[in-house]
Amino acid sequence: MDQIFGIPIVVILGQLMLGVVNGAFYALLSLGLAVIFGMLGVVNFAHGAFYALGATAIVVALQTLGINYWACLVLVPIVVGVVGMIFERTLLKQIYRLEPLYGLLLTFGAALVIEGLLQSTFGSSGFSYPVPDQLQGVFNLGFMILPKYRAWVIGFSFVICLTTWYLIEKTKLGATLRAATENPRLLQAFGVNVPLLITLTYGAGVALSALAGCLAAPVILVTPQMGSTLVTVVFAVVVIGGMGSVLGAIVSGFLLGIVEGLTKVVYPEASNIVVFFIMALVLILRPAGLFGKEA
Amino acid sequence: MSLKTIGTAVILAALLAVPFTGIYPVFVMQIYCFAIFAFAFNLLLGYTGLLSFGHAAFFGFSAYVTGWLMAKHSVEPLSAILAGMAVAALMGYVIGGLAIRRQGIYLAMVTLALAQLVGFLCLEAPFTGGENGLQGIHRGALLGLLPLQSDHVLYYVILVIFLLVYALIMRIVHSPFGQVLKAIRENEPRAISLGYATQQYKLLAFVLSAALAGLGGSLKAIVLGFTTLSDVSQANSSEVILMTLLGGTGTFAGPAVGAALVVTLEHYLSDIAGSWVNVVMGAIFIACVIGFRRGLVGAFQKNL
Repeated sequence: MDQIFGIPIVVILGQLMLGVVNGAFYALLSLGLAVIFGMLGVVNFAHGAFYALGATAIVVALQTLGINYWACLVLVPIVVGVVGMIFERTLLKQIYRLEPLYGLLLTFGAALVIEGLLQSTFGSSGFSYPVPDQLQGVFNLGFMILPKYRAWVIGFSFVICLTTWYLIEKTKLGATLRAATENPRLLQAFGVNVPLLITLTYGAGVALSALAGCLAAPVILVTPQMGSTLVTVVFAVVVIGGMGSVLGAIVSGFLLGIVEGLTKVVYPEASNIVVFFIMALVLILRPAGLFGKEA
Repeated sequence: MSLKTIGTAVILAALLAVPFTGIYPVFVMQIYCFAIFAFAFNLLLGYTGLLSFGHAAFFGFSAYVTGWLMAKHSVEPLSAILAGMAVAALMGYVIGGLAIRRQGIYLAMVTLALAQLVGFLCLEAPFTGGENGLQGIHRGALLGLLPLQSDHVLYYVILVIFLLVYALIMRIVHSPFGQVLKAIRENEPRAISLGYATQQYKLLAFVLSAALAGLGGSLKAIVLGFTTLSDVSQANSSEVILMTLLGGTGTFAGPAVGAALVVTLEHYLSDIAGSWVNVVMGAIFIACVIGFRRGLVGAFQKNL
């Protein structure tokens, strides 16, 4: 039994693993989008740019500044998160009272600026950095070979996703956040500093996308534009999952990564577009998204 | 004569005189093509309140259809343009039909994703020339009678089409249909409660907009003689948003002014600024959204 429908199991498992890795990136990114959207009502188009910024920053930190890999994993998301918070404080907060469309347009402009700056500083040819020493090598699972780094990406993203979900759904802080989504004015009347909460949420969402960038840097070529194609897929993931729920963002992120990987086995040409097809299907059958509530 | 009539006459005279001023006509024709594209986009965003983030799909695909018919099958230009528009309208029906199932930002995300799908198809499809694009589109003769080889002749043909589209948009917006579109923009639930089938109105607006965006694309293919993947790209979709925003959303002339500015800006910036073009474009985007939401024409009309 080493074939299914005439396709070697090893190939299927290999693509499945790549799919889960991509799914981990989708999950981290759509999670950040969902958190930001829940709190600010803004679709953060700059998400892909912050992802590229995170990936570039970790390469610079590792190779030019010589900072330890594990320290980078903490530092880079924080630094990029702070950049995001400055953007929120100076520009984004001015459009909250306007139609949501303006938030999309504003963050799109920010994405152009960030990507443009990256391009004029680092060029557009792209670079990569090797997998850190501690994570080199493979696990031999008997039925397949699993590179340690990929196992690390999957496991770590999964833990981050679960932690975020737990924070938002099960803790006091999460309850405050959800209250702010529900009725910010009432919460402010209770003495909670809502604007600060909003800034921190935006920073956290941006930090998640920077973290995804850090994790992606060794497996995906780092270019200024690496995020702009990805963000389109992530938008589709969000439409499929429904923006309402944090869990929806995580589950549909991983799920669509897997679907994409399996499509690569069966019909490689379609793997780039299968997510969009599923999105169209979901729109026809269940317009609110798989986990969405509103009609 | 009122000030407005004089102003219109002056602008019209200036447009007619362009080929004799030494300005490169192809450059101005390109502006007309993008202006038509932006008119089409404005019909959706400005008058119906729908933000499409994937309008390049209609513009670019129609350009491919027209270009392919003319380059490979020597079809007469007008029929090729109409065929491109028909395909764009059909795409508008499918994409718009899916997109209007959601509202606001979701609609923007759905159009973005579906346009990406069209972009991938254009990359893979056999007739588009893939990465190389579609080249060698000869201008031919309009209806087999009027040869378009001369830039001057083509200029006036495109100017006439541009003015016709402008008039058509005005006609649409001022029609009862256009008034319903505005009502949907202002308050959709109320429009529904007044008995309008708003989904059908939105779909029709989408189809009209897609067809006109296709017209812009087809004309551009004829003017330049080639079509590339950048015509269907997301960058092109965002450019038309910028044109409309900069010129003035929901104004008649705004999109044309925005198109002229953005095309000119890009033309000169690419020489001097190189990779900073995106930074400048992004900064203009941000400035428009933060402090200049009326756009140039909107601000002008308010201060008149």
